[in-house]
Amino acid sequence: MDLDMLWYLVPSVIMFAAGVYGFMTRKNMIAMLISLELMLNAADLNFVVFNRFLFPGQMEGMVFTLFAIAIAAAETAVAIAIIVNIYRAIGNTDVNDADKMKY
Amino acid sequence: MDSTSVANIILYSVTALIVVVFSVMAVTTRKILRAATYLLFVLIGTSLFYFQLGYQFLGAVQIAVYAGGIMVLFVFAILLTHKPNEAAPVLLTHRSKMGVLVSVAGAALLLLAIFYMPIAHDMTLAGCLGSDITIKEIGRAFTGTDKFQYLLPFEAISVLLLACIIGGVTVARKR
Amino acid sequence: MGITLPILILAIPFTMFLILGIVGVKMSRKLAGILGITALGAVAVMAYYVAFTYFFSGDPRFIVEGVRQQCQLFDVTWLAFTDRLVVNIGFLLDPISAMMLVVITTISFMVHLYSWGYMEHEPGFQRYYAFLALFTFSMLGLVVATNIFQMYIFWELVGVSSYLLIGFFYKLPSAVSASKKAFIVTRFADLFMLIGILVLSYYVSNAPADGPLGSASAFNFLMLNSNAGVIANTVLGATFMSGSVLTWAMVLIFVGGMGKSAMMPLHIWLPDAMEGPTPVSALIHAATMVVAGVYLVARFFPLYCIVPDSLTFITIVGAITAFYAAVVACAQIDIKRVLAFSTISQIAFMMVSLGCAYNQPIEGVHYSGLGYMAGMFHLFTHAMFKALLFLGAGALIHAVHSNNYTEMGGLRKYMPITHWTFLIGCLAIAGIWPFSGFFSKDEMLAAMFNRHWFWGAWMTMVAGLTAFYMFRLYYMIFWWEENPKYAKSGHKPHDAPWQMSLPLIILAAVSCVAGFIPFGEFVTFNGEPYHIHIEGSVAATSLTVAVVSIALATFMYARKNNRPTMVKNLWPALWTAANRRFYWDEIYMFITHKIIFNIICRGIAWFDRHIIDGTMNGLAAMTNFFSVKIKGMQSGYIQTYVMWYFFGAVALAVITWLCLL
Repeated sequence: MDLDMLWYLVPSVIMFAAGVYGFMTRKNMIAMLISLELMLNAADLNFVVFNRFLFPGQMEGMVFTLFAIAIAAAETAVAIAIIVNIYRAIGNTDVNDADKMKY
Repeated sequence: MDSTSVANIILYSVTALIVVVFSVMAVTTRKILRAATYLLFVLIGTSLFYFQLGYQFLGAVQIAVYAGGIMVLFVFAILLTHKPNEAAPVLLTHRSKMGVLVSVAGAALLLLAIFYMPIAHDMTLAGCLGSDITIKEIGRAFTGTDKFQYLLPFEAISVLLLACIIGGVTVARKR
Repeated sequence: MGITLPILILAIPFTMFLILGIVGVKMSRKLAGILGITALGAVAVMAYYVAFTYFFSGDPRFIVEGVRQQCQLFDVTWLAFTDRLVVNIGFLLDPISAMMLVVITTISFMVHLYSWGYMEHEPGFQRYYAFLALFTFSMLGLVVATNIFQMYIFWELVGVSSYLLIGFFYKLPSAVSASKKAFIVTRFADLFMLIGILVLSYYVSNAPADGPLGSASAFNFLMLNSNAGVIANTVLGATFMSGSVLTWAMVLIFVGGMGKSAMMPLHIWLPDAMEGPTPVSALIHAATMVVAGVYLVARFFPLYCIVPDSLTFITIVGAITAFYAAVVACAQIDIKRVLAFSTISQIAFMMVSLGCAYNQPIEGVHYSGLGYMAGMFHLFTHAMFKALLFLGAGALIHAVHSNNYTEMGGLRKYMPITHWTFLIGCLAIAGIWPFSGFFSKDEMLAAMFNRHWFWGAWMTMVAGLTAFYMFRLYYMIFWWEENPKYAKSGHKPHDAPWQMSLPLIILAAVSCVAGFIPFGEFVTFNGEPYHIHIEGSVAATSLTVAVVSIALATFMYARKNNRPTMVKNLWPALWTAANRRFYWDEIYMFITHKIIFNIICRGIAWFDRHIIDGTMNGLAAMTNFFSVKIKGMQSGYIQTYVMWYFFGAVALAVITWLCLL
């Protein structure tokens, strides 16, 4: 019994499914953002796994993951800034309450 | 089966357990600060995977940026917008059921797909692990302009980060 | 002669149009006027030089052993559709185009100068000069066209500039509707012309490239005219409604000329076009643009000659139009309308003359192409004296501020220059020796008598009518009874300023001497010189008729009396009918409004409202229905959207997988 690709992909799938579930059911924007990070993390893990098992001599997957982490950091910072701003405006962070600009 | 592979399997099992359990808990707990903490555990577990796969630099970045940077942001944001011990309201049952349905269906589909993937068992970790990737190589890859070198995206990301700093400050500042 | 001058002749008016049109409003009136006049003067000098070189230099390109040649100074490919369907832009120099260059630039220069005085106080002075330059450019481009297509393009351009200038006083509803009428009627005629061009080009371009036609462009005039016989043989087999296709094509092309030259029944736009400024009427609607139809026939003359039926058609149309217009002119009150109908009549004269010309020798006739030469000669002289008459009418209107001769009368004392020049114009158009009209009219009548005595007699009668109505006009304006208003008002009518009087004097001088130009030496249908000699019997007849007509006019109109009223009361219905132009406008109104609008347009409107709009409304209603049904999905809750998205993704994946199984 040796570790192969499948071993790593299964936790990744579960992580992703958990992210999907959280994103669809949580009302709190920060909780949704956390779910989003879970999904992103699962995708990053997949990149790295495929890089390691399919193209061990190269490092494109790793580089891509590095970029993805950087962009995720940027995205999170802006998203949190927006959430804080919304909190100031409407007093909570419920996604369904932020409907002033809906119509 | 030699000792290295046994150690690898043990490490994998522990890490996989952490990742799976805490990711599920992160999305099911009703206390938002706990959710953030569980996410931290998931991220650390992911970085353990990276270390096990031989990407030390990436694991370090994962811990430094995600666990160190983004998590702090999350915690600050939660503390700014929530009273302590505030629990999320109980979810609407039909929405929750639909969410379970969709995510389980998606997971089942993906699992089916990867189990039927013909190359899933072709390579083993031991066979793939070569020499470590040095920081020098990574630096070259980020600062060159040849094939498989990434100066332009690197610069673009730096601009993006700058824009993001400015944007974050502008959006969140007091009026 | 190189190509610089020809290009400049076309480029200067166009540049002047752009300059005056774009930055004219920033200029003072004086600057704009001087610019326009100077540019046109320069173009006139160049055109004279080109014409002089063509006629007198003896260059082998222009004349070979006494026979004048057609010469393309340049001819560049503009659009190449197929090997044969090539549209070129070029500069064709031959007797008629050289003659037209002189006519156009002369009249245009006179009108530019005249307008400086006439339009002095009108708003839009700069725009007026811009349009004049555009017209001059288009007309010059038309006469020097090397191929049908270039001619057609410039043909439409002169139509556009005519439209713009008729509607120059765009605040007057009558001017606006007159310009629209002119544009629509001529455009309607041009549709037939385009069909004719396409039919002709289709058959010519189908000829094999290694055949006798060579591989030249199917539109080229030189190729068409020098191979008229070959073309006739090529398309001889093709017939349409028991006529040769070539006949049909040439008749259809002539219909375009009928529209531009205001032949019956497409003449209705020209009298209304008099709503434009009077100098414009002189330039466009008397001297140059309206003779484009005559020019068109002359340009295609070799092709018309091989299908004599089309020449007969031209003769009949011209003869009817000439008589009709002359009768109507006798019963008009507006002096510009009289001149407009006189123009129609005179152009019809030229048409008949061309229709009576043949290039094959006829038994017992000394010169078969006489009608062609005479028609061109009359085009030349008519342009001069008709422009003179119109400019004189402009001076009268300028002085009296009315178009109707009932407001005039006894003006000879107040406006001597206008009086004498107008008289010269009237004598010229009446055909009195030694004024220019006599010579050209004599040649035309000789050609018509050569063809058939009937045409000669008919047109002699029209010439008599011409003399009568012109002198009726002359007497009503300058004699009859002095309008009592002049004595009372402090503002007595007086001669126009020098800018307006000078062109009158110049044109009057030209009208006096132009008849002595040996025109046959310059312009004939085949380039060989022809020595004009006066046909004694014809000249005597026409002169007698003219003198009798003038005497009759003098008897009736020289002093105020009741003879005109008596004549009118002999048959009042006829007078009313002639005054209303024999109800042609009403007939057109009836056809368009009652028949076309009612029968065709109602059906089209019904189809539009119920079928086309109905389809669109149905689509909209359907879209509305479905969007109402599904708009609940657009809840605005992002999580619902995400759920749908994942459902969709999962469903797609399942479907793909099932397909792969």
